[in-house]
Amino acid sequence: MINRIVVGAHYGLKDWIAQRATAVIMAVYSVVMALVLVVLQPSTYEAWRELFACGVVKFATFLFFVSLFYHAWIGVRDIWMDYVKPVGLRLTLHVLTIAALVGYTAWAAAILWRL
Amino acid sequence: MSKRTVQFSIYRYDPDKDDAPYMQDISVELEPTDRKLLDALTKLKAKDDTLSYRRSCREGVCGSDAMNINGKNGLACLTDIDELKQPIVLRPLPGLPVIRDLIVDMTQFFKQYHSIKPYLINNDPPPERERLQSPEDREELNGLYECILCACCSTSCPSFWWNPDKFVGPAGLLAAYRFIADTRDQATNERLDNLEDPYRLFRCHTIMNCVDVCPKGLNPTKAIGKIKDMMVRRAV
Repeated sequence: MINRIVVGAHYGLKDWIAQRATAVIMAVYSVVMALVLVVLQPSTYEAWRELFACGVVKFATFLFFVSLFYHAWIGVRDIWMDYVKPVGLRLTLHVLTIAALVGYTAWAAAILWRL
Repeated sequence: MSKRTVQFSIYRYDPDKDDAPYMQDISVELEPTDRKLLDALTKLKAKDDTLSYRRSCREGVCGSDAMNINGKNGLACLTDIDELKQPIVLRPLPGLPVIRDLIVDMTQFFKQYHSIKPYLINNDPPPERERLQSPEDREELNGLYECILCACCSTSCPSFWWNPDKFVGPAGLLAAYRFIADTRDQATNERLDNLEDPYRLFRCHTIMNCVDVCPKGLNPTKAIGKIKDMMVRRAV
């Protein structure tokens, strides 16, 4: 194959918006959660368990983790794009990153709803 | 101002003679009338005529004498020599192939500039006199059309260092927005399509080195933000 540089993948805006949206979600969650912890001051295992037994907390925490993983996907993908030049290796790293993040998402859900 | 001697450390490389680039320590005596770095370079060139650099207008209009001055890109003709810490370290613009001494190969830079189609696209028959704009519409082009393509911004941008073949770079994106913002241009959608790419536009991570170094005081980061803003408004 001839070695021509081709660009024009026609995507990028969605990721750019998603990176900002997920950052906002994580920031709001962190502030609200910090306030909740300051007010409730859970010191025992039972108190923490009770806090996370609440459906809203479960949902918000899961949303936080999904945002974190999506945010991480865009950031890590950018690192692979900048530093890993061989296309085959880069694609492999993309797939491994996605696999890990999907795994983490399932793991986070399992932990949250097992409680 | 009196006569004074100024110390330099200059990047030298002549591929015909040198195995590798080296830094040359050299000093030059300046007259009271020598105020800009380019004046000193002219004196240095008289002293050692093998020293090579580009220059033309000597007043910040042509953009030829862009170089890395004490670690920061700028135009030699606009830089006050007495405000620089000595020895003044001069290097070629970073990230581009060196042809000789302070002269770099700008092919990649101009390739990116051409890729954004830096000309007005309007398929209507040309009017008898000119295509008119309202003063408000014309106002938007201020801070965009003044770019002299000296490459100070793009060669100070880490995203451009990493992907000069794929990322348009701050100079190219500023020029892109100059035509996207022009009410007389009819290719706005095609221009936005052309930039919607993880490399071409979205390699910009708002580092803002471009704003820091622009000798004309322009703001490519703001222009890039406006392009993204238009894409969002188009898509949402």
